[in-house]
Amino acid sequence: MTGTIDGQAAAASATAPDYSQTELIVCAAAKMLAGKSTVFAGIGLPTLAVDLAHRTLNRDIELIYESGVTGAHPEEMAEGIADFVLVSGAESVVSMQALFGYVLQGGNVDVGFLGAAQIDRHGSLNTSVIGDWERPTVRLPGSGGASDIMSNAGEVFVIIRRHDHASFPAELDFVTSPSPVAARASGEGIPPQGHGVSVVITPLGVLQREDRFGELVLTHTHPGVTVDQVKDATGWDLKIADHVQSTAEPTLEEVRLLRDEIDTVRLYLR
Amino acid sequence: MAKDKVLPLPEAIRALVHDGDSIALEGFSHLIPFAAGHEIIRQGRRGLTFCRMTPDLLADMMIGAGCVDRLVCSFFASGSAGALYEIRRRLEDHDPAPLEVEEYSHHAMVLRYHAGASRLPFIPIRSYAGSDLPKINPDIRLVDNPYGEGSAYVVPPLNPDVTIVHAQRADRKGNVQIWGITGIQQEAVYAAERVIVTVEEIVDDEVVRSDPNRTLIPAHAVDAVCVVPRGAHPSYVQGSYDRDNAFYRMWPKKAKDKAWVQEWLDTHVRGTADHEEYLATIGEEQLAPLTVAPRPSQPVDYGRRMPAGAGAASAGARATGETASAANDDGGTQR
Repeated sequence: MTGTIDGQAAAASATAPDYSQTELIVCAAAKMLAGKSTVFAGIGLPTLAVDLAHRTLNRDIELIYESGVTGAHPEEMAEGIADFVLVSGAESVVSMQALFGYVLQGGNVDVGFLGAAQIDRHGSLNTSVIGDWERPTVRLPGSGGASDIMSNAGEVFVIIRRHDHASFPAELDFVTSPSPVAARASGEGIPPQGHGVSVVITPLGVLQREDRFGELVLTHTHPGVTVDQVKDATGWDLKIADHVQSTAEPTLEEVRLLRDEIDTVRLYLR
Repeated sequence: MAKDKVLPLPEAIRALVHDGDSIALEGFSHLIPFAAGHEIIRQGRRGLTFCRMTPDLLADMMIGAGCVDRLVCSFFASGSAGALYEIRRRLEDHDPAPLEVEEYSHHAMVLRYHAGASRLPFIPIRSYAGSDLPKINPDIRLVDNPYGEGSAYVVPPLNPDVTIVHAQRADRKGNVQIWGITGIQQEAVYAAERVIVTVEEIVDDEVVRSDPNRTLIPAHAVDAVCVVPRGAHPSYVQGSYDRDNAFYRMWPKKAKDKAWVQEWLDTHVRGTADHEEYLATIGEEQLAPLTVAPRPSQPVDYGRRMPAGAGAASAGARATGETASAANDDGGTQR
């Protein structure tokens, strides 16, 4: 199978027999982080992915938390982006002004990790409302730092836990975090600094955007998922790569790291 | 002798927080001034504009108690812990009444406090090109770049009538020391007309002056200092007690039921005289395990001018770093 890491014992690089969907998603995200240096992430699956990438293929990766912590060395798994264990022993804690102003808007973040309730074909994200903003059917968490991350990170990875017409609609109910395509179409404000969404990992596969002003393209399907299944689950005519690959399955070693060293209390692994 | 600003919390709230005020209660997950929010609920303040980047459970409590008519914020959930149902009921069902909302992103709230503290008329932000946020918030506006091509979105200053923050310690004059995640507290304090700081403890001037860089909020910016141990529960205080994660996980599950929220407020807030009684209703069984083990910093050396006649030998010792390493050995906490 794919995903073999040089120098590792063949046994450890064998496919794990009993990996979960969460583990598959986290491992896929971790592989995308090869060669990236600063990652701005919320807590949860992105943190697991960064931690795994740090241990397996990118010792130099630096995780920056929205709470202002950089170079965290937690003695225990953090529960939340502002857990005190992230601060104790960290290399730095900066103010919100420094974090959002100098670190993020100053252009020092390579990859921002975001979640979303809805995503469109160009990678604009909705985290605000389902329905009308004035009287929403569901009031979602809102921007938080998401729209600032979208406008300023070099690129954005999205992990989305549903893949259906509701979460991949032809048109978003609300554009919280606009793609460079939406920013250009508006013709107003300061253009985004980065690429926008480059990678979307869903329960069915991986979508990528090569061109800053292009559409998401299906590049990987997860084991057992067909291209047609992904097309049917998407609310627009999804573009398909010439050679769709199968997502690399988690190895024994990756699953061991996730379960026995990274998320030992099963906070996020389900 | 500078003015002693130490006041009991109920007195400070009575004197400085009025019906109809805009109030900022800041602290990014860390040092959330829950005790002060609860006292505002006890005193039955009405018609408040509540400003907070991440409303957190504190907003759910104050909105549930009927204190708040308007919410200024950049997030509507409780971090990883889940939804805030009092807010959702007001917005989705107008139950029991609609809630006015001014919605921003985190960086915009940061810049609004900064502009407020600096008394600027507006401040530009790189976000929002192509976003729907300016469509639902008429205060996010577009200006032409006066120095070059194009346009930029700007946001207005945020100048609350009152800002309340919680901190580890202060002296009696109101020099406030904070460590850990420092959030937006300094900006929110300077942006406000009146400022209340609740602290875990009051310390001697000498303690504050041994580490002046730790003083995030100087006394001139503070109107009242209130000693409220465990005043951030269920949030946390770096070096004192951990976040009550069980409480945070419990709240969204229970607060789905609006009758439960009222019962909780009756039992723990409206039915208690002060924060000490509140803590008693939570119980030592839940509070005691939140205590954290010490992990002190290495002291830093601010230095003092050499006394007249001190030899070049000790100056040489400083230059080679011997003094610093000796201090480290004394500290005994080096890892």
